[in-house]
Amino acid sequence: MPSPRYAREIPTRYRLEAGRCKGCGKVVYPARLVCPACRGRDFETVTLSRKGKVITSTVVHVPPDDFLMEAPYAMAVVETPEGARFMTQVVDCDPSTVLPGMDVALEFRLIRKEGKSGILCYGHKGVPVA
Amino acid sequence: MAGIVGYGAYIPRKRITTEEIARQWGKNPQTIERGLLLKEKSVPGFDEDTITISVAAGRSAIDRAGVDPQKIGALYIGSESHPYAVKPSGTVAAEAMGIGPEVHIADFEFACKAGTEAMFVALGLVESGRVEYAMGIGADTSQGAPDDALEFSASAGGAAYIFGRDNLIAEVLETYSYTSDTPDFWRREGEFYPRHGGRYTGEPAYFTHVLSASKGILEKTGLKADDFAYAVFHMPNGKFPLTAGKKLGFKEEQLKTGWLVNTMGNTYSGSSPTGLAAILDVAKPGDLILLTSFGSGAGSDSFVLKATDRLPEVQGLAPTVRSMLDGERQYLTYGEYAKFREKIIVND
Amino acid sequence: MREVAIVGAGMTRFGELWKYSLRDMFVEAASGALHDAGADRLDSMYVGCMSGGQFVGQEHLGPLMADHLGMTGVAAVHVESACASGGVALRQAFMEVASGMSDLVLAAGIEKMNDGADVTNVLATAADQETEVYYGITFPGLYAMIARAHMQQYGTTEEDLAWVAVKNHKHGAMNEKAQFRREVTAEEVMSSSMVSEPLRLLHCSPVTDGAAAVLVCPLEMAKQFTDRPVKILASGLATGSMALADREDPAVLDSVQKSGERAYEMAGIGPRDVNVAEVHDCFTIAEICCTEALGFVEKGKGGPAAKEGFTALGGCIPVNTSGGLKSKGHPVGATGIAQTIEIFRQLRGEAGARQVENARIGLTQNMGGSGASSVVHIFEGV
Repeated sequence: MPSPRYAREIPTRYRLEAGRCKGCGKVVYPARLVCPACRGRDFETVTLSRKGKVITSTVVHVPPDDFLMEAPYAMAVVETPEGARFMTQVVDCDPSTVLPGMDVALEFRLIRKEGKSGILCYGHKGVPVA
Repeated sequence: MAGIVGYGAYIPRKRITTEEIARQWGKNPQTIERGLLLKEKSVPGFDEDTITISVAAGRSAIDRAGVDPQKIGALYIGSESHPYAVKPSGTVAAEAMGIGPEVHIADFEFACKAGTEAMFVALGLVESGRVEYAMGIGADTSQGAPDDALEFSASAGGAAYIFGRDNLIAEVLETYSYTSDTPDFWRREGEFYPRHGGRYTGEPAYFTHVLSASKGILEKTGLKADDFAYAVFHMPNGKFPLTAGKKLGFKEEQLKTGWLVNTMGNTYSGSSPTGLAAILDVAKPGDLILLTSFGSGAGSDSFVLKATDRLPEVQGLAPTVRSMLDGERQYLTYGEYAKFREKIIVND
Repeated sequence: MREVAIVGAGMTRFGELWKYSLRDMFVEAASGALHDAGADRLDSMYVGCMSGGQFVGQEHLGPLMADHLGMTGVAAVHVESACASGGVALRQAFMEVASGMSDLVLAAGIEKMNDGADVTNVLATAADQETEVYYGITFPGLYAMIARAHMQQYGTTEEDLAWVAVKNHKHGAMNEKAQFRREVTAEEVMSSSMVSEPLRLLHCSPVTDGAAAVLVCPLEMAKQFTDRPVKILASGLATGSMALADREDPAVLDSVQKSGERAYEMAGIGPRDVNVAEVHDCFTIAEICCTEALGFVEKGKGGPAAKEGFTALGGCIPVNTSGGLKSKGHPVGATGIAQTIEIFRQLRGEAGARQVENARIGLTQNMGGSGASSVVHIFEGV
């Protein structure tokens, strides 16, 4: 992944920084220029809580090349208490237990490696709450 | 007086037992367990490395310290398994923890001593008054070569310490380092696994430095083993730290809280720092703690710490070491372990 | 706007066409359409293709295809909307003729998927790169999440999903252009290997090469080319949120609903008036969600439609008599035009064993990505 494209996403992926629309209050993650709900352009930065609930999920058995060794892995749409939704893996558990309604904590993890010589790409994944 | 204002640790949730590894190589698990006093060890997932472990431990340290990460003026991560050969672990971890950009960052290495090294420098910087808070982390995901003794012990985990002058949870009363050129264990650039000098790693390396540093700090402070509530030493296997402790006059009750290696394995730069975290999780105000690390090559850093009245207030603010060692975990077969530790060759 | 008709159609077989390049396939389909209409010139052409660039390293497909058709000089442009590229190419052709700007416009769809590219990665470019693909999701994974949400909310079962594949294979077995011309049983589908839970191999459309093309002209000119033109009554296009996570309800395809509503309004008809439909079954769950979104069945009730025969040949609203993407194959950019050709044949009474009796109004729905784009066309036999 080209470095500039990766580096731009650091606040979003490393710190879960989202945008709250000052017009309608919608929390947009990742942050954007235009609010998808009201088309407003005025936002304040808000950091998402490191926890959420699974909205829907699947277990990927046939992965893309970069994720070959990790399959099968569970992926889910997770919703944080702020109402932001995003997609990520849910790990450190039996993937078949990752179902809608599960509570997860969000932990900082290595998402992918760009082959043997490229950069390391980080982000957050869900881990079931004990 | 400077000391620790917050601490945190992280141990991955996957495990492999000594029995499973022994079975792979046709060895007798009971013999290994008795000889090395190792039952199981932690295994990092594909998505875990020194950086992710540092962030998890660092976030817990920030929670316990109650400090705004923007006030942390220095971040040092010591490891034997920094994810990049060239590009710091500290910068990634700092961004994830909300530290910086007004911060000094450096990565440290010195085999298994790199964690206490980072702590030593963080402490010194705060003592000098150059920064208000500094974080030192020891974390590792080092590997042992297949069918080698180290394969039973090399594991993953780490601990983070924020040093400051106010609201301490533990004062650092004294430090003492003992270092010499002793080539007991090394890894050349480009090699995947380290090499070691077999029995040479024992008396001339580990024991000489651990005992010299510990004796040195006891002399410097005028303290005796009996004065301490706890002692923790670097744990390359189950036996060495207990032997060192006994030689210095410590009893089992003083040693057992920090002695995690039996179910954690040797987390290298995270070893004694994580042992210290386990002690801080339960220590009472006024307790004296001895910490002596060891890094091959070779050297030991000793610290004498004293728990303050504030410690009990923060113990519950983040996961404890015991909750991570004894809580939910997933046991792997050797095949899964080999997959996670990238011992299986695939094309790029 | 003038009334517009389709007057000719041509397509390659769909399958693993090892001996045919992207340009070869285009030429076969395009010249087939021209020949079918007895036409020998074009004013312009639209070439729908998801990714010539990533599959075979070739962009700038408009001029390339015009060149290889022997029509260098003709206005030509590449159109892209992921798996809806073909449907959007038709829409562009329709608008160019309806507006009066051109008389003879070719709408083509092409895709070459089997030349060694990493198909999973290329298809994933239709999803959100930064928020979905980054974390390891695949196309089947996105639809699997939609399936799970639908199953959880509406009680749709794995067997319901399997019956969509069974139905479409039954139809496809009668289509000489189809990639898979054999029937499958529900047991076979439900025991095929897992791709992304709950979707198995036989729930997923295959990797296919193919090309399809139709010739579009003003209705008033159509008799020059054929006795049985098919009128394009309407075109409706809509977009939806790119990321699945951004959708209010992951089990509902908003873009399909909106594109359908726009097309119905333009045509002045409703779902009950449609006699035969080609719907985007890239995965079995997609057919279920699309039939709901198009109003063929009530919301949440799409599950049993295939099993109960509601959407089978001979049922209330036959869906995917061609075999659908599942059995006919899914050369991504070509699908929208292939759907059009099936309806073209149905409305002319040329569908042979697959013929829907007295089919007068037909509908195609072609979707991109996990539902980020959808285009619906409504046709009438003249």
